[in-house]
Amino acid sequence: MLGLKKSDSRLLLLVAGITLLAPFILNPFPEGSELAQFNAGYPDLMQRFVIFGIFAIGFNILFGLTGYLSFGHAAFLGVGSYAAIWMMKLLTMNIIPAIILSVIVAGLFSLLVGWISLRRSGIYFSILTLAFAQMSYSLAYSVLTPITGGETGLQPKGSDPRILDAALVNGTTPKANLFGLQMGSSFDLTLGSWVFTFNTGFYIAAVIMLISFYLAIRIFRSPFGMMLRAVKSNQNRMNYTGLNSKPYTLAAFVISGMYAGLAGGLMVAMDTQAGPERMFWTASGEVVLMTILGGAGTLIGPVLGAGVIKYMENILSKINSDILHGWFAFLPDGLENLIVNVLYPFIGKGWHLTLGILFMLVVIYLPGGLVEGAQRINRLFKSKSQNDSKAKPEPAE
Amino acid sequence: MEAIVLQILNGLDKGSAYALIALGLTLIFGTLGVVNFAHGALFMIGAFCAVTLSRILTLSHTIIDDTQKDFLGNPLKVEVPYVHDLFGQTTGDAIIDWAVPLSILFAMPIMILIGIVMERGLIRHFYNRPHADQILVTFGLAIVLQEIIKYYFGANPIPTPAPAAFKGSFDFGAMLGFEPNRIIYPYWRIIYFSFAALVVGGVFAFLQFTTFGMVVRAGMADRETVQLLGIDIDRRFTLMFGLAAAVAGLAGVMYTPINAPNYHMGMDFLVLSFVVVVVGGMGSLPGAVLAGFLLGILESFASMREVLNILPGINQIIIYLVAIVILLTRPRGLMGRKGVMED
Repeated sequence: MLGLKKSDSRLLLLVAGITLLAPFILNPFPEGSELAQFNAGYPDLMQRFVIFGIFAIGFNILFGLTGYLSFGHAAFLGVGSYAAIWMMKLLTMNIIPAIILSVIVAGLFSLLVGWISLRRSGIYFSILTLAFAQMSYSLAYSVLTPITGGETGLQPKGSDPRILDAALVNGTTPKANLFGLQMGSSFDLTLGSWVFTFNTGFYIAAVIMLISFYLAIRIFRSPFGMMLRAVKSNQNRMNYTGLNSKPYTLAAFVISGMYAGLAGGLMVAMDTQAGPERMFWTASGEVVLMTILGGAGTLIGPVLGAGVIKYMENILSKINSDILHGWFAFLPDGLENLIVNVLYPFIGKGWHLTLGILFMLVVIYLPGGLVEGAQRINRLFKSKSQNDSKAKPEPAE
Repeated sequence: MEAIVLQILNGLDKGSAYALIALGLTLIFGTLGVVNFAHGALFMIGAFCAVTLSRILTLSHTIIDDTQKDFLGNPLKVEVPYVHDLFGQTTGDAIIDWAVPLSILFAMPIMILIGIVMERGLIRHFYNRPHADQILVTFGLAIVLQEIIKYYFGANPIPTPAPAAFKGSFDFGAMLGFEPNRIIYPYWRIIYFSFAALVVGGVFAFLQFTTFGMVVRAGMADRETVQLLGIDIDRRFTLMFGLAAAVAGLAGVMYTPINAPNYHMGMDFLVLSFVVVVVGGMGSLPGAVLAGFLLGILESFASMREVLNILPGINQIIIYLVAIVILLTRPRGLMGRKGVMED
């Protein structure tokens, strides 16, 4: 299908199925029930799932394939956001020009940064990208305030020129749309006590994510992807065969920068605002966390990681001690308090602690991320069911 | 001239912090070959050691003081710190006042212990893994440490003042023969700078003039040969990790009066310290110290109004800009050794 191998097209279909049915899958608990707080099927969060999925897919093309660990990818996301918001301010609230421009601008910026940073590798590359990202952040905060809006960021205003759109009626706030279809509009489907929300913005972002996912599969399976893997496994050997690796790594860098720009543009399309905090280095760290947690170098891993982290950020962080007491109310009081006290640092505002521990465990025990974990469990079951005693062939180095 | 002297002085305290953190980072990198992203967290833990000690010292119990009456004529309840009971009023107050300098003694064993536990418990398992994995696991550790501190101390900065004797400023200009009150400099920053110089000197002397230091230097140069000589270099390197943690921690302790510690101060310093290490040259101890002071001073010059008028915003990015230029023109850094992470 679409030039993919059978297993890849199965993966793509699976991801497409999960993404398009996300409003159902993420809302498994009936409205108003005790467990409804675990529902993640509200538009805002679903949009973030797919947008950060795109960001992580792009980051994975660089880190997962070439092994170059960039600590400054949020800069491209931020630049993309600013490009998109300016398109909305100057041209039209339609999201298509905004997204196209954000991809182009992020691509150009990553070409510049990549061209310089890729002269070094290893830790130096990480520091260089970090330096560029921090510079962009500081500049967006201070000197470039006329362009970036400084600390307050940018929002479309009623008074913006917007050449293509008709002048707005005074007092109405401009809304992002796709040929009149508003991003914020959603449709609620009520089935018994379940409520499922279908949001326009989410579906647009989801379709774009599926396209980017498809492109990522094609890149992974292409000769170009093979070259990138060669860079990761042994760059010296590659150089000795007379190949110059720089064009390949630079292309990978720019592609992943464009993915980041796309994610930034989509973010603006959903919430119509842009601020410098999107470029801060913790934001770059977050996409690293997502990719590693899910599984760097795998296709589905980054999306998975983005989903896990965003779910934790939005759902785990909402649980407070009262809710915990509610859950363990069936236990004797002393035991209840003990359990709540033990668990409390890990949830609610302390969700970062859980994330950090989870991340460390993954790096230590599962270098392949959650995907490797799933594969291991899978293998365990398979070997049990088949009960074969054949020695597993060691992969050749 | 006055402005130049002032900016140099202003750069010294920040430069001292950079130099101390970069020194620790380089110690770890040079001995164990590990890129430690959790080093900023150690700096932060040091600062919170000072907070903890000053909280311990001000632990108090309530007594009813019959000599004082509140407005209803009842005896007043007075909080009395336990140190008053132990050492008497004046000594007790002095101890509380000197909490930050005293924290040096308190933080030193704690930091060494934390460093050793970190190395034995976690980092040891990463020697044979790629640098990227080391960065990632220490990055994760930094998040965990930061969140633990946040859980116990809250998210807000906790002001921890310097002893009263060091409040106020020193008229540095008058001493150098300038007009009085033109170049003034807070006492505590002088202390901080002297302290940093002392620690740096101590570390260098330790490495240069002791047998232990000699073995460590030999191990840095050629680990395998030292091992073949029957020396347990791993144990010494573990101790060096503890020492590096202590250096970062002490830098944190002494920095508390300059900036009230909060849980993310470590990360803020870490990013810059890495830049400092790279500029100084990966694995070069003098390079790290030199680059720390240089960049600190450069940053303070860049924030002069005259410079900002010509190049607005330069103070925010000068360090990164220098790092980029250095990395591209001189990948080994200012004083990097040949062949150390040079790719």
